Amino acid sequence: MFEVHKDNFDQEVLQAPGLVVVDFWGPKCEKCLALMPDFERLAEQYGDKAKFCKLDTSGNRRLAIAQKVMGLPVIAFYKGGEKIAELGPSECTAQGIEAKILELI
Amino acid sequence: MSNIWDIIIVGGGPGGLSAAMYGARSKLRTLLIEKAKPGGQAASTQDMENYPGFAKGTTGPALMQAFADHATSFGAEIMRNEVVSIDAAQKIVYCKDGSQYQGHTIILSPGAIPRTLGVRGEQALRGKGVSYCATCDADFFTDLDIVVLGNGDAAIEESHYLTKFANSVTIVVIHDEGVLDAAPMLQERAFKNPKINFIWNSTIQEIKGDGIVEGVVLRNIKTNETTELETNGVFIYIGTIPLTDFVKGQVNLDSRGYIITDERMETSAEGVFAAGDARVTYLRQVVTAAADGAVAAVAAEKYIIEEEGFAESVLHESRPVAVAFWTPMIPKCIEIMPVIETAIAAYGTQAKLWKLDTYRNQRVAKRYGVVQQPTVLFFHQGEVVNRLGEDEITPAAIKGILDSIL
Repeated sequence: MFEVHKDNFDQEVLQAPGLVVVDFWGPKCEKCLALMPDFERLAEQYGDKAKFCKLDTSGNRRLAIAQKVMGLPVIAFYKGGEKIAELGPSECTAQGIEAKILELI
Repeated sequence: MSNIWDIIIVGGGPGGLSAAMYGARSKLRTLLIEKAKPGGQAASTQDMENYPGFAKGTTGPALMQAFADHATSFGAEIMRNEVVSIDAAQKIVYCKDGSQYQGHTIILSPGAIPRTLGVRGEQALRGKGVSYCATCDADFFTDLDIVVLGNGDAAIEESHYLTKFANSVTIVVIHDEGVLDAAPMLQERAFKNPKINFIWNSTIQEIKGDGIVEGVVLRNIKTNETTELETNGVFIYIGTIPLTDFVKGQVNLDSRGYIITDERMETSAEGVFAAGDARVTYLRQVVTAAADGAVAAVAAEKYIIEEEGFAESVLHESRPVAVAFWTPMIPKCIEIMPVIETAIAAYGTQAKLWKLDTYRNQRVAKRYGVVQQPTVLFFHQGEVVNRLGEDEITPAAIKGILDSIL
């Protein structure tokens, strides 16, 4: 899994080919921590079809806000440098994320 | 080992974790099912200042981790799964993934979630500046201006926490100027905090923003006037709703969906108990949830002992059983017991006597309508076939009934 941050977000997410899934999380967000094992499992399962990244918003606040993320957790889907879909705090479940991945790959 | 757990706990907040610790420490096979990480709402409160003994230096997540570690140290099992329904009579819980678990008892501690306001923009801008969790999202609002809706303990406490990050916090209060529902200590601190402002007699009518929160429309409830206020974030603390949909029809709920229990935390279903915020209760705090959990676990243990003892010794017995409901506190009981013992002993192995102390086992006494001690109930093949009240217990009466059964 790629750890993305303000210095490599452009290159690893926006300029990457194909579907990129980014987990916006923070160390104080319990829901994010609870979701992490599910996200890692999905990354293993679908790793050959999409690129999975996680972004610790605690050190990348401006980057997160620039991506219109101001609440956690958020799972965002990028393709060709554009955000094409997003699951917000109330939609982030293992099943929800998997359904969205299957829809987009 | 049997596949039936002694206690199945649904929900891993402070109520459930406390019940798990008490249950496991009493050597009961205890399973706790939690859909996320243990801790519940308490894990999303960073500043935890009112758990006795931990004035400073602990946080909600740290305290909840300690609760979970404590429970597992005594052997409680914590499983990650989501319970979607229960069968209160059979004591079975059904999970989202199709699995099911059976217990001798169930303790429901599903907790509550923040109530949403239900105004335009709220759902669309969730995670875009609309938040219900200061701990989760406060970082994003460093040096920004935010609005908090609500005026109870949570609203005022979290507003104070948010001022560590935000440039300003404006609290929108529905009451008249100076009136807050929060505890006096919290009020005092909020009034003194230079970063906190108040707007009185008002509520939020709409949250505005294009992809991210830009402002709110406020409505004065007295004048009905609306005004717009620019803001970067909206935190909503207007109470909670209990997560009890999955037990509807199985246990009695009040009109708002909270689980009704007696003082032993037992619900309307025998052997099904409840603890924590989802229960009808006066105060919803970590310490009260934990206390509920302790009561529920001890009541569950007692239930198991009473029910198993009665079922094995009386209901599943092939011979006729005379159950003597007595209590050593009533002299008449002590006086009559040798009479009963002698009368039954005359039948040797053909009949059996089982003494039931009503002080220790009120549940069974109540179920069979025994209000006076001594009373003798005659069971055969799991059913009551006859009974003798206080003044009817004589050797001849006992003999007459046993002869008629045999």
